[in-house]
Amino acid sequence: MRRARTWLPGLLLVTPSIVAIGVFVYGMLGWNFRLAMTDKHDEVSEGKFVGLKNFVDIWDLPRWHLSVQHTIMFTLVFVLGALVLGWFLAFLMEKGVRGEGTFRAIYLFPMAISFVATGIVWRWLMNSGMEQRAVGLNRLFDWIGLPQWQWFRDPDWGMAAMALPAVWQMSGYVMALFLAGFRGVPEELREAARVDGCNEWGVYRYVVLPMLRPVTLSALIILGHISLKVFDLIVAVSGKQIITDVPAVFMWVAVFDSHDPAKGATIASYIVLSVAIFVIPYLIWSVRKERRS
Amino acid sequence: MRRRWLAAVAITMASVLGLSGCGGSGGGTASPQATGGGEKKQVEVFSWWTGPGEADGLKAMRAIFEKENPNYTFFDAAVAGGSGDKAKALLQSKLQADTPPDTFQGHAGAELQGYIKAGDLEDLNALYDELKLKDVFPSQLIDQISVDGKIYSVPVNIHRSNVLWFNPKVLKDAGIAAAPKSVDEFIADLGKVKAKGKIPLSIGSEWTVVHLMESVLLGSLGTDAYNALFKPGANWGSPEVKKALESFKTIMTYAGDPQDDWQPAAKQVADGEAAFNIMGDWAYGYFHNPPDGGLGKKSKEDFDWAPSPGTEGTYLWLSDSFTLPKGAKNRDGALAWLKVAASKEGQDAFNPKKGSIPARKDADQSLYTDYLADALKDWSSNKLAGSIQHGVSVNQPWLASITEAVGLFIGSKDVTALQKGLADAATANAQ
Repeated sequence: MRRARTWLPGLLLVTPSIVAIGVFVYGMLGWNFRLAMTDKHDEVSEGKFVGLKNFVDIWDLPRWHLSVQHTIMFTLVFVLGALVLGWFLAFLMEKGVRGEGTFRAIYLFPMAISFVATGIVWRWLMNSGMEQRAVGLNRLFDWIGLPQWQWFRDPDWGMAAMALPAVWQMSGYVMALFLAGFRGVPEELREAARVDGCNEWGVYRYVVLPMLRPVTLSALIILGHISLKVFDLIVAVSGKQIITDVPAVFMWVAVFDSHDPAKGATIASYIVLSVAIFVIPYLIWSVRKERRS
Repeated sequence: MRRRWLAAVAITMASVLGLSGCGGSGGGTASPQATGGGEKKQVEVFSWWTGPGEADGLKAMRAIFEKENPNYTFFDAAVAGGSGDKAKALLQSKLQADTPPDTFQGHAGAELQGYIKAGDLEDLNALYDELKLKDVFPSQLIDQISVDGKIYSVPVNIHRSNVLWFNPKVLKDAGIAAAPKSVDEFIADLGKVKAKGKIPLSIGSEWTVVHLMESVLLGSLGTDAYNALFKPGANWGSPEVKKALESFKTIMTYAGDPQDDWQPAAKQVADGEAAFNIMGDWAYGYFHNPPDGGLGKKSKEDFDWAPSPGTEGTYLWLSDSFTLPKGAKNRDGALAWLKVAASKEGQDAFNPKKGSIPARKDADQSLYTDYLADALKDWSSNKLAGSIQHGVSVNQPWLASITEAVGLFIGSKDVTALQKGLADAATANAQ
């Protein structure tokens, strides 16, 4: 009884979350996987179990290949772009810019905006009109004599352009992560390095950067999973056009336009699996680290 | 200790309540109950008419409805978004949750098939008999919207998809005397415009390319062969279709950079940057209406129109219609709305504002001027063919497959793959 008193209130407190997550996250995930393994290709049929057939068949669709390629390009540009830019901003802050607080707030603000709002603004900024029809960035580039671009409508590099708004939005957040990382490096360590004859570059190269590895990993995982399931930004910028198709948009089309629940569920499963590849090693790593410390 | 217990229980209860609260208000949009007064019952009318022109038309029809039915109030559950993209997704979730609106807008024809198959709609044969609607709508229209002898919607308006919009000045500069009459003439004219350094053909986002393709298919194949494509067992692999798609490919090489949507593409023609644009006749309102909703251009002078090349004598139609979902909360109210939507008065109030013509044959001709007078004349005399992009000839899954094939084609320019994609789409979906 005495023991129950110690753990029961705590358990009661978390029970609603456990139940809610159990039903609405894991229950739905399981339901989705089950649906993906049936042949329920319209809303009215029963859906017989067909195993992994849908998971194999989807690789025959040219559109699926295209959307996977798009995601890879988007992820590369977005994750690297946000990491490099965020790191650079944090580096500048760390070197002591005057009015740091203001800058920090400015760079963090885009985080407060939803991807949809970002997308609508950037849709205009990245308008592909050129010469006298140019608006947004093309108009600016026209003024200062830079070449104008098709932006997200470019057949080859469209998805790289699509990653720009995402970089713009998330690099401030990455900056905050790195800044905390920089601040976490004890001043004594740097001084010790300097005393040992290390120049400023060396301090960063051999002392600060290695200590930022955990932060980099966290940032990588957070950005990576956002990137793999990106949907709202794409839809806000270009709608559901094939030229910017990604798995999440394909899923939407499969469910609401093609009325093919099994196909939609299959794509959803692939999205979950691809995110899991990022997240599960991270979870294992962080659990181990907690145990160690 | 006791206090801690109490707190724990209280927080548990609060979070459980919070959760169920979230569930209850989920969706958040328009869940109309009977209004507080209790006497007036609400009729929820679901549409995607929120833009200039269309919203005005809906308002005009609403005024008639409220005058004739003092017992009902009209609840406008419109969801913004051209061609109903977003509206249809929301509608889908409402239907699956068995909380349908009292009546919803849908493109007449095959687009409604999914709803019919899923048992979401009541057939309206009784209403058609009561109002003798089969006599006032053209019989070809009745044929094309019937499924197994039953009709599930009331068409309010008719739009034309196969309209070639052009800028007369640009054509004159390029030495083109009149609008092209065939697909081959069209291709020759596009070349002439290109030589003058103007954009020969303006296009918008990917759906406008599907729209262009349906006009090219109709123009190249002819009306009967086009209509036959949507019958079960149709041959999309034929050399004729291949020839049409080759022409489509050639035409696409003359297309300008894709614009955001159909309006900026149409504007290129109005501004004299582009010569041609193939778009439905809703573009007329955009060209003609005064600024703030339109471009305020002079018809026949700044812009002009013709049936798209090779389609003269055929009306490639589409129609907005209203339905009666099963399990509608206010079925009588919905029927009252459908009666207004089917009536001459209702259609004549709605259509001049929306920029379309009424589906009824007995409309008041004096209300329709300029382009609409032409359209009304053609509607009563032309052969009919159903639009692909706008849901008449193909159902939603079929359209999604066609859109996908065309989207991939824009990137690959591969006619063989396009034809295969279209043929596969037909085999999978024709019924």
